[in-house]
Amino acid sequence: MDARHEVEIALIVNGVAVRRRVEARKSLVDFLREDLDLTGSHVGCEHGVCGACTLRVDGALARGCLMLAAQCDGSRVETIEGVAASGEIADLQRAFAEANALQCGYCTPAMLLTADALLRDDPALDAASARRGLSGNYCRCTGYHAIVEAVLAAARVRREASRG
Amino acid sequence: MKPAPFAYCRPATLDEALESLARLGPEARVLAGGQSLVPALNMRLAQPSALVDINRVPGLDGIRLAPEGLVIGALARQEAVLRSPLVAQHAPLIAQAMPHVAHLALRTRGTFGGSLALGDPAAELPACAVALDAILRVARRAGEREIPAARFFRGIYATALEPGEILTAAVFPTRAAAWRFHFDELARRHGDYALVALAAAARVDGGAIAEARLVFAGVGLTPVRATRGEAVLAGRRPDAATLAEAGRALDADLDPPSDVHASAALRRHLARVLMARALAGLVTGA
Amino acid sequence: MADAPARIPEGESYIGRSIVRPQAARLLAGRGQFTDDLRLPRMLHAAFLRCPHAHARVVSLDARAASSLAGIVRVIAGDEMASLCAGWVGTLAHFQGMKSARQHPLARGRATWQGEPVAAVVAESRALAEDGVARLAVEWAPLPAVTDAETALAPETPVIHPELGDNLAFSLELESGDPDGAFAGADHVYRDTFWMGRHTGVTLEPRAILADFDPTERRLTVYHSFQAPNMMQDILARHLALPEENVRVICKDVGGSFGIKVHIYPDEMATCALAVLLGRPVKFVADRLESFQSDIHARDHRVTAEVAVRRDGTILGMRVDDLTGIGPYSVYPRTSAVEGNQTVRLTPGVYRFRDYAARLRVVFQNKTPMCQYRAVGHPVAFAVMEGMVDRVARELGLDPVEVRRRNYVTAEMYPYTSQTGYFFERLSHEECLDRLLALASYRALCAERDALRARGVYRGLGLCAFIELTTPGPAFYGVGGARISSQDGCTLKLEPSGAVTCTTGVTEQGQGTDAMLAQVVATTVGVPIERVRVLTGDTLVSPYGGGTWASRGAGIGGEAALQSGKALKANILRVAGAMLQCEPDDLDLRRGKVVDAASGEVRLDLAELGRVAYFRPDTLPKDFQAELTVTRHYVPRHQGFAFTNGIQLSHVEVDVATGFVRLLGHWVVEDCGRIINPRLVDEQLRGAIVQGIGAALFEHCVYDDAGQLLTGTMADYLVPMAAEMPDIVVGHVETPTAFAEGGFKGAGEAGTAGAPGAVLNAVNDALAPLGARVTRQPITPEVVLRALRTLA
Repeated sequence: MDARHEVEIALIVNGVAVRRRVEARKSLVDFLREDLDLTGSHVGCEHGVCGACTLRVDGALARGCLMLAAQCDGSRVETIEGVAASGEIADLQRAFAEANALQCGYCTPAMLLTADALLRDDPALDAASARRGLSGNYCRCTGYHAIVEAVLAAARVRREASRG
Repeated sequence: MKPAPFAYCRPATLDEALESLARLGPEARVLAGGQSLVPALNMRLAQPSALVDINRVPGLDGIRLAPEGLVIGALARQEAVLRSPLVAQHAPLIAQAMPHVAHLALRTRGTFGGSLALGDPAAELPACAVALDAILRVARRAGEREIPAARFFRGIYATALEPGEILTAAVFPTRAAAWRFHFDELARRHGDYALVALAAAARVDGGAIAEARLVFAGVGLTPVRATRGEAVLAGRRPDAATLAEAGRALDADLDPPSDVHASAALRRHLARVLMARALAGLVTGA
Repeated sequence: MADAPARIPEGESYIGRSIVRPQAARLLAGRGQFTDDLRLPRMLHAAFLRCPHAHARVVSLDARAASSLAGIVRVIAGDEMASLCAGWVGTLAHFQGMKSARQHPLARGRATWQGEPVAAVVAESRALAEDGVARLAVEWAPLPAVTDAETALAPETPVIHPELGDNLAFSLELESGDPDGAFAGADHVYRDTFWMGRHTGVTLEPRAILADFDPTERRLTVYHSFQAPNMMQDILARHLALPEENVRVICKDVGGSFGIKVHIYPDEMATCALAVLLGRPVKFVADRLESFQSDIHARDHRVTAEVAVRRDGTILGMRVDDLTGIGPYSVYPRTSAVEGNQTVRLTPGVYRFRDYAARLRVVFQNKTPMCQYRAVGHPVAFAVMEGMVDRVARELGLDPVEVRRRNYVTAEMYPYTSQTGYFFERLSHEECLDRLLALASYRALCAERDALRARGVYRGLGLCAFIELTTPGPAFYGVGGARISSQDGCTLKLEPSGAVTCTTGVTEQGQGTDAMLAQVVATTVGVPIERVRVLTGDTLVSPYGGGTWASRGAGIGGEAALQSGKALKANILRVAGAMLQCEPDDLDLRRGKVVDAASGEVRLDLAELGRVAYFRPDTLPKDFQAELTVTRHYVPRHQGFAFTNGIQLSHVEVDVATGFVRLLGHWVVEDCGRIINPRLVDEQLRGAIVQGIGAALFEHCVYDDAGQLLTGTMADYLVPMAAEMPDIVVGHVETPTAFAEGGFKGAGEAGTAGAPGAVLNAVNDALAPLGARVTRQPITPEVVLRALRTLA
């Protein structure tokens, strides 16, 4: 098989089938932002450290800056746009709004997706495990206190909803 | 920064991957998890001519118990290793180390083999591999070979892997029941590379350490096995005098680097502290 | 559906309520519009060749290989750029004796810091532009680098800009009272040297600019992640030789700024010049590597302090010597002297001793330029002052709380002018202290600390009292010749539907300007807050104003909104009076309804008023003109700054074996005048505190002797992440300013002002029983272990 500088990819993005031709070097997050106009995922460092580009690939969290679009041929990608539209994180969004757990909003999409993954994995998480779980997402505005509050509030709501 | 241009292919089998690597030559790199390679590409620190994406190669991501020991496939995702009951039972040292490795979003893509093949002396998994006498399985066009962990790590980002070779699995031989394990690290922030990490194992007899294995990360060009420190501890209880003597022996074992994160003196000191804490934990079973 | 009430006895006040920000929903859905999200037709991308040396001549630059690459549109270097964009000098007249060399958007012949842009490549994509940069053939001749502030003025040290004569950007000596006399008469004198590590803002959204030039109209439209659009408009017009009214600057969503994005950057000016040259949109986004090297740095200070005290803990006098090493240029237009100037002037301000002397020297270095970053100078000043106060307490065996009480400027002393000429209308140090001690159960924490010491667990408590300058008047910049607006305006328009649209000259970077102003407008006009929409950041649309910096949004923007709200309400009631044929004074506007002021009886819906005013003026008296768009401006004139005050407490545990510091808790009680939205203020404090904690423990721009930045990635430069940060408890005291009707003061920077001092004091409290003390930030394990003499 030949290695190519441009590849054809076919993937599902937010439930919609997409076919494009991309440069091999183009990152997944740049592809989503530039080729598909899905600008809700943000770029903060391109080292994989700040977390602003966090999204879902094949159902799991991934750093959009550390994956190539080319690798995602055949994959299922979900960004904040799709996840927000589905309503599945409405409780987290509400909790964030009420706690003012966002200021400039740049870290927010990634923070929401990460928080959602944490809550699915551990619905009973406490403040310390919330802080550890969010420790890969940089926020410069909030100092994290309100974000932790919001995540714990959403956890309570989800626990009550699953009981009721 | 955006990467310099490169070509890309995604072989469907291990044979195709090996054949692609051979054809593309030494300027081509294997793309597995990408969690270390892609940042290097994004800083133009690495400028390979081509990437061979092995993520779809089947059969390399399993975690299974075999007669020779616990076999962790090179493509097993780090998060899967973290959650694996087999790893928790048969390689508890690794289970203790995994929560220190990066963050969830990186562990879902990063691979177990990728961390070993990278050979970062400050990383957790290479130190664990040395401490557990892992055997690394490597595929090449001519067949397979096995490399003991103690001979695998050669320098910073330098391993025994030769051009065209692909790591396929790590085998962790079963240890006798009397062995206990303790992993710890000192990092400024949760998930960072450690300033110093210690993958420790000990065969404990009464309150004494019959035999110890101490492998440090972050203190040299490779994971460093503190053989002189181990020798001091053998057969002794980890009391203050023993620890002081072991600490002095450790100074001969370790030649840590100085960098912007820590001086050599700090790393030496932290290594001593980690050793004392690990031994206390191993002996009490904590 | 319930009937609308027939009577509304009272209007609704939104002041003091924690309403949810209107912008939150949009941002939570990923619908932010950050500058890099914007695309314009035929848009190009710029990338820069940056000097890899701290100081080097550009011997030769060959662009042929770069220019021939497919997709590369233009390559440009310093001399050609200078013909498009005039250079600048970052000095202000009121900093007497200040000097700085002319700076250009692209270095001409010589680069003076690692990261200085030397050439630009414009291409169809960012990746291609970088490919072009990689193909530029450059020969550098490295020159000696000036990297030690202590020797910057020594005769053997090279002078970075020979035409200036030396490496001194600015110096200042202050004296108040008789410090020599105070020292001569003291029972004790204590001296310490503090080193504050250079650090930087690390906004999560990097700097971003998209400039579009239409040559047919000679109009430049710039989308900019920035705090002060009118300032940028003015500077672009002057330096690109365009009429001011032909330049439009639009700040959409800004992903964090904190002062980083209020300065002039050569790469951003170059990008705008390229748009003019090419007649096409050109975008530049700094990547993270560029950010570390080229965003302004801050707070690189060595401060030597001595205090003279009486044995009862009364401070008699103080001397401070501040040496700060900036970059090779003072940054334009606000200058790099402000941080040092504020440091030496703020240091003694909490306390009432009068005998004070300070010396400041600001020296050039071959390092990234340094300028204002959140809480400019305050964190250094209060780490020094409060560090010395705790030292005094420890040396004399006194309670650090009582030493503060003994020395505070107290309630009956206001109005008060500080040792360095700052005017305080009224502060509340004692009240804040009392509230903090209660909020934190301080004495209980002290007892617990003492009990744990006996078990070899070393915890510490550290206080840091502070003042914060907010709401600056014209003397701050305008007086020095800078075209930076100290006034601000608010335009309110009643829509036919009864909604109110507000445009303002203050801007939004996430602090909640949208909510804050909506609350003021809704309250003052008398409409439900859901009907108010706030728009910011467009020079073509917003009233001329200063933007956001020095915590001016509430005090200046809020007051302008209040005055505008009053004026709109009066005009609405005039229309209502004309419609209802009664006196406007007999009417009121409450919750969107015109009511009888005395009885509260609902007379008219605002939508009905809008319909008549806009579509049926034929039904109104012939000589009556409805004016339902009003603008009011405001500039504070009665005091130079609306000072605020507060106090913070840090609770730490130091692992004395490893030197690691664990943050157990943090408290702040702050007085920022009348609070509009308590939750927004609390969150500003929390975010600002964590930035201060970052400086205290983690963040450091480290240079080697050759001027190479060693902490140039997110892996090497450590920012605070969630797992290491404490919960932060907030309390408030409210002392409104009487000089403005709203009584609002600023709150954006107070958290950063006091956090480093609190953490420093807490660590020293923990180490005190072991005879160790630290005066260096960031307080790394290395610093702690050296203080403990565990490491040599």
